[in-house]
Amino acid sequence: MNPFSSGTRLRDMIRAIRACKTAAEERAVVRKECASIRAAVSDNENDYRHRNLAKLMFIHMLGYPTHFGQMECLKLIAAPGFPEKRIGYLGLMLLLDERQEVLMLVTNSLKQDLNHTNQYIVGLALCALGNISSAEMARDLAPEVERLLQFRDPNVRKKAALCSIRIIKKVPDLAENFVNPVASLLKEKHHGVLLTAIQLCADLCMISEEALEYFRKKCTEGLVKVLKDAVNSPYAPEYDISGISDPFLQIRLLRILRILGHGDADASDLMNDILAQVATKTESNKNAGNAILYECVETIMSIEDSGGLRVLAINILGRFLSNRDNNIRYVALNMLMKAISIDGQAVQRHRATILECVKDSDASIRKRALELVSLLVNESNVKPLTKELIDYLEVSDNDFKGDLTVKICSIVEKLSPEKIWYIDQMLKVLCEAGNYVKDEVWHALIVVITNASNLHGYTVRALYRAIQTSGDQEAVVRVAIWCIGEYGDLLVNNIGMLDLEEPMTVTENDVVDAIEVASKRHASDLTTRSMCLVALLKLSSRFPSCSQRIKDIVTQFKGSHLLELQQRSLEFDSIIEKHQNLRSALVERMPVLDEATYSGRRAGSLPAVASTSQGNPLQLPNGVPKTVDAPLLDLLDLSADEPAPPTSSSANFLQDLLGDDILSSSSQSGRIQTQKSGTDVLLDLLSTGSPPAQNGSFTADILSISEDNNNKTTVNALNGLSSPVVTSAQRSHTSPVMDLLDGFGPNPTLPNNGPTFPPLVAFENSSLSLIFKFSKQPGSPQITQIEASFTNKSSEVYTDFIFQAAVPKFLQLHLEPASSNTLPGNGNGSITQKLRVTNNQHGKKSLVMRIRISYKLNNKDMLEEGQISNFPRDL
Amino acid sequence: MIHFVLLISRQGKVRLTKWYSPYSQKERSKVIRELSGMILTRGPKLCNFVEWRGFKVVYKRYASLYFCMCINQDDNELEILEVIHHFVEILDRYFGSVCELDLIFSFQKAYYMLDEILIAGELQESSKKTVARLVSAQDSLVEAAKEEANSISNIIAQATK
Repeated sequence: MNPFSSGTRLRDMIRAIRACKTAAEERAVVRKECASIRAAVSDNENDYRHRNLAKLMFIHMLGYPTHFGQMECLKLIAAPGFPEKRIGYLGLMLLLDERQEVLMLVTNSLKQDLNHTNQYIVGLALCALGNISSAEMARDLAPEVERLLQFRDPNVRKKAALCSIRIIKKVPDLAENFVNPVASLLKEKHHGVLLTAIQLCADLCMISEEALEYFRKKCTEGLVKVLKDAVNSPYAPEYDISGISDPFLQIRLLRILRILGHGDADASDLMNDILAQVATKTESNKNAGNAILYECVETIMSIEDSGGLRVLAINILGRFLSNRDNNIRYVALNMLMKAISIDGQAVQRHRATILECVKDSDASIRKRALELVSLLVNESNVKPLTKELIDYLEVSDNDFKGDLTVKICSIVEKLSPEKIWYIDQMLKVLCEAGNYVKDEVWHALIVVITNASNLHGYTVRALYRAIQTSGDQEAVVRVAIWCIGEYGDLLVNNIGMLDLEEPMTVTENDVVDAIEVASKRHASDLTTRSMCLVALLKLSSRFPSCSQRIKDIVTQFKGSHLLELQQRSLEFDSIIEKHQNLRSALVERMPVLDEATYSGRRAGSLPAVASTSQGNPLQLPNGVPKTVDAPLLDLLDLSADEPAPPTSSSANFLQDLLGDDILSSSSQSGRIQTQKSGTDVLLDLLSTGSPPAQNGSFTADILSISEDNNNKTTVNALNGLSSPVVTSAQRSHTSPVMDLLDGFGPNPTLPNNGPTFPPLVAFENSSLSLIFKFSKQPGSPQITQIEASFTNKSSEVYTDFIFQAAVPKFLQLHLEPASSNTLPGNGNGSITQKLRVTNNQHGKKSLVMRIRISYKLNNKDMLEEGQISNFPRDL
Repeated sequence: MIHFVLLISRQGKVRLTKWYSPYSQKERSKVIRELSGMILTRGPKLCNFVEWRGFKVVYKRYASLYFCMCINQDDNELEILEVIHHFVEILDRYFGSVCELDLIFSFQKAYYMLDEILIAGELQESSKKTVARLVSAQDSLVEAAKEEANSISNIIAQATK
């Protein structure tokens, strides 16, 4: 025996650890102990194994690694004596979890112990199996557990029942084996067995519809009787909790009755009487009684309709809600949420109390109540409820404001009776808690404002007042800046006065002041400042007299450390100074933003790229000036209805204010397109929030606009637009050609793009065909650009169209987003999608690809698969 | 179903952990850190439930110890409070007015008792008496084995003298 490894006693080690003053000291003690335990482990020493394991468990609880002790557990479990097994199983449950491989090694010992003659050893094995069994173990040991459900000792039977729960959760296929044994357990008198059998029964019902039917037929009556007996049983000290006989059993019985009664009128009928008795007779002055009532209410709500019982249940909830105990109020709110779908009227009656709960000092209760309020709101009460919530916003805790604003905004958005009310409420929210709202909230507000043309004047004046008082709330500042930029003239001239407004005098200089203050405020971030710059540019055109002052302000940002601001400053400065003639057209009022599209995109239903790069504004004869009424508004129509491929001749792309979420993807596609044909890149003025570094290389110098012939057309082409800044990416290889202005075909393969390959029909069946067109960049023969275009010859429209492709390891595949996910029928229109394949064994192997196309036809999922191996060689 | 049981002292020290759902070691310490931050800071008058990652954690403070159990959204919170109390009463009966030190120095005993109350995250026994009886029966099995071992080693010692 190694004299050093016997170490200290467990008690001494715990004392030593507790005596440590610093974490470092504790680590040192633990390290020493671990070292001696490791030594003992490697010596395979027997005498102190269980003491060492106990120490390891303590060390484990402190959060130190103890994996080296795992095998020790197995050794102890394999030992013959009860003390070793006891500590071994405890260690197993503590140090291991079901995902560790080591666990497989214990299956055999478990099997032996489940068959042991000592019932306590059987109990230990069942407990361990129930707590950490993996699916494999469950499968292997299920027969043993099933047998133990009939063991002579009830304490083993109950353990076996709970162990079965674990088994059927891990391997639902095994459920049916347990149905019969459980049915007989349900007839027992022993409370432990009953408790566990009912629980197992409930879990079986969740897993298997057949089991549910079986128990409903055979056991409902019996269980109702058991509950009756439990409720009416005389005082039994063993099970009594504050005057109630075994609340745990009663709660479980109520729960299983709920499962059996749900959706079945006959079964529900059987339990009506006893539920009424529980609901009326149970004492509600102690927690145990309330726990039973709570369960009972839930059961009444779930089983088939019985009007009288429901009234009883709602009354109990009403009592709960006015209880002084926070726990009871919490569960009442929880339950009312479920009750709302059953009896909305009854819940509405408690509205005032629920509103009070929103203002509770307890965060858990506030959260529940707020959820409930948002369910309670309807057209008739939206105004008073919103007012209450907004009033509360002023005094609420800061960490609750986030949740609260989200809820208020969604209520206002969903149920606002008129636009002016919507705008008013949103302004209030933004003024109170503008720093807590999400970006979508103020984006949505701007969309609504642009749509309310008769309220532009009113809104901009209200916002102007708002930033005077709430200039520290970021969101309100942003909305105000945007609106002032757009509608500054309405503000100054008091245009569009509503009757309820007080007239106010604001000079042009005041307006510019307001923006200047916002742009220089210390707390303003990049987005706000960028928006300020854009607003200033707009104002320079709206207020010609302030033009010089605005120019001075803009110029100050030339030295900004932020690339985006610096760049914009330079660009805008040059527009103000040199391009007077086109400035007013550039910054004309924004067209109305489409609400439906915007909300659609918020829901994430539109593919980002498809929505940003469509329209063909550049297919104009070179040099022909384009007038204002050109149908270019299409550019801003972000809906992806028409399947315009992102690679169509216009490689321009737009980014708009509201497209923060799509910026990265659109600039990516921009990069690729620019590489291909070196076209112009449009950046909407409003995209100033975009990360500058990503597209900085394409937003080349605006200063050269006048020198560049091509750009002039572009600018002209944009006259119809409200406010884009034109930037051009100048690429040497395209400079003289610029064929794009004549509108070249949908696939602009440049003549110097290397060898050409014939297009390939990659997939074809009676309705769907897929054609691949290939191109290569000169100088990189490994890389093949593939343009896939899909055509649908059937008469039906395919929706949710998704194309997937897979390649072997020597290839690398990059898929661009598709132009659309809707493929119109009759071959009119197609989806295109770009693929880039890199062949690491170029020249040795040619391409192969496996494809899968899924789509919905009349809401039915369709799937096509295929393999393409007839690619042209040399790809 | 109870997903895990935690005993945390007021100082944030862990006194007992039992996991009925699989959590990796890393997740476990993260969970403990997150929950002790949430629970230890709550005032005494507030309700005993906190919502956490789509679950509910029911906790109750006894002297310097917080007993926490994590359950599903639709489980009965009030019942879990009773389960916690049930556990505490059983500990109390076993140790004779239990205190934190008992749970530190005899932590295995606390686990043994918990294993007689819960398996697979479900309640096993509603009778405190039965639990006490089962635990002490197993304790005496251990004692008997110890005595036997001692007497054997005494015999060996005497024989080798």
